[in-house]
Amino acid sequence: MITLDGVTITYGSGARAVAAVRDLTLSVAEGEAVGLVGESGSGKSTVLRAIAGLIPYAAGEITLAGRRVDRRRTTAERKMAQMVFQDPYGSLHPNQTVDQILALPVAIHRLDRGETRIVQALAEVGLGAEHRYRYPHQLSGGQRQRVAIARALILEPRILLLDEPTSALDVSVQAEILNLLSRLRRDHGLTLLMVSHDLAVIAHLCERIGVMSRGQLLEITTATAMANNQVTHDYTRELLRSNAGFDRSSAASAELDVVAG
Amino acid sequence: MTDPLLAVRNLSVTYPGDDGDVRAVRNVSFTLGRERLGIVGESGSGKSTTGRAIMGLVGHPGRIEADELRLGATDLRGLSERGFRRLRGQRIAMVLQDPKYSLDPVMSVGQQIAETHRSHLRSSHRDARRAALEMLQAVHIRDPERVYTMYPHQVSGGMGQRVMIAMMLIAGPDILIADEPTSALDVTVQTQVLAILDELVRSRGMGLILISHNLHLVSSFCDRVLVMYAGQVLETCVAGKLSEAKHPYTRGLLAALPQLGHRRAELPQLQRDPAWMADLA
Ligand SMILES: Nc1ncnc2c1ncn2[C@@H]1O[C@H](COP(=O)(O)OP(=O)(O)O)[C@@H](O)[C@H]1O
Ligand SMILES: Nc1ncnc2c1ncn2[C@@H]1O[C@H](COP(=O)(O)OP(=O)(O)O)[C@@H](O)[C@H]1O
Ligand SMILES: [Mg+2]
Ligand SMILES: [Mg+2]
Repeated sequence: MITLDGVTITYGSGARAVAAVRDLTLSVAEGEAVGLVGESGSGKSTVLRAIAGLIPYAAGEITLAGRRVDRRRTTAERKMAQMVFQDPYGSLHPNQTVDQILALPVAIHRLDRGETRIVQALAEVGLGAEHRYRYPHQLSGGQRQRVAIARALILEPRILLLDEPTSALDVSVQAEILNLLSRLRRDHGLTLLMVSHDLAVIAHLCERIGVMSRGQLLEITTATAMANNQVTHDYTRELLRSNAGFDRSSAASAELDVVAG
Repeated sequence: MTDPLLAVRNLSVTYPGDDGDVRAVRNVSFTLGRERLGIVGESGSGKSTTGRAIMGLVGHPGRIEADELRLGATDLRGLSERGFRRLRGQRIAMVLQDPKYSLDPVMSVGQQIAETHRSHLRSSHRDARRAALEMLQAVHIRDPERVYTMYPHQVSGGMGQRVMIAMMLIAGPDILIADEPTSALDVTVQTQVLAILDELVRSRGMGLILISHNLHLVSSFCDRVLVMYAGQVLETCVAGKLSEAKHPYTRGLLAALPQLGHRRAELPQLQRDPAWMADLA
């Protein structure tokens, strides 16, 4: 469903160009859920943005459902992959009601049955009619993330690109959003590519997990291998360790890194 | 039992609002010895406000009430801002999530640490500078001389947080309150910062209050944990036994956490019981 073949993505141009992602190859099958982990600045969001067509890529090839795509996309290509961001507060326009937020993509893509779509999208993410004419600041963090998911769903995408979708949420709300994403994936046969720094969250939704560092994909592993501590890279191991909480004995060796680095 | 470093009994903080008062903290009681005490709870449960009340940082129009709020022998109730300013840094200090808000952007980090030393201990410029360099070393900064001259915007998140810890500990406080000190950091850096915090708090025999929404972190790092909900402490647990928590709220939060190696088709969602809102005391 998604393939990246030797993809390089740069920011800036000419002498100032910096490759944020280098020669990345990855494929996600239809209906599959794949996770991306890696330290901040490793290029995870950049990968999602390029797949969504929000930024161009400099080399390689990205295909969606078997068709090569670049920055310029047909309406159908743009509908196919939708993105959900970490901070729904930042990604939702503060002066628009939920209704206006959902009506906008419908208008841009000249879809029919706007009213039905909005009502359906709200129901699908578990929001009631009472939320429809509220502004983002009148909603809780979890409700805002539901609106962001509804906005992505209203275009009936086949791919959801999720960038830290639950990182700003409380544990209880995170569980609700993760359950919602599982259900949507099942009901719509969605393909998911998700970024998170929380291994347990990634492993909950995703079968395969890619580990990124400095713009490159270090390894692709599985949730099962992670759970069994079968990983090859230091960063992944560190991630596994911190996922389990603070460990006095291993913290001592982490300290050595500080002194050395 | 020796006298606690900090004693809090029936602490309440109220903010007047348009639709009535917000009771941000309600009748919270605990004592802190030379230990690591965690405070967990969802956002809005009153964790930060509890810390701010102890630091004397609840501004107008917030109201503080307490039957007891005592730092060693000092009664904090009704203490003037001037009185608090003398205590802050020297006897009790606070590290926040984002060091950017606590550091002065136009002063080098070393100068800021030295200045803190001077103002609390009335030391000479030379002694303050030496103490600041030693403190930078203590938080495992490899090249203290160089980092001393750097400005806040020039240091990374992890280093910024280590600088903050250095600044907060230089005047030798008995108590450190760390409010989500590593939540903005990468997981790998998180471990390093926590290890440094742990080492310093232990070697100096300090009391630490670690405020965090991260249950794993708090249960693995602390000795005891207070679980807050809607301004109240619902339950106090031995940190290592958080998984055996009794209160349905704590149990609900733990169950809602996805677990590596134990995949469930659906995560149990927290069912909130209105009874948890009722005043306990
Ligand atoms: N708009 C931008 N302009 C220039 N550089 C950017 C931009 N966005 C990200 N970068 C850089 O690209 C790299 C990868 O960033 P990002 O994809 O956001 O990483 P991650 O999501 O893994 O934290 C980083 O070095 C970052 O500084
Ligand atoms: N300055 C303030 N004015 C009014 N209400 C506040 C203020 N600070 C905090 N609150 C309210 O007090 C409650 C507790 O907040 P806080 O202590 O920040 O929670 P936590 O740190 O657990 O997320 C929340 O309902 C919050 O909205
Ligand atoms: Mg990112
Ligand atoms: Mg807080």
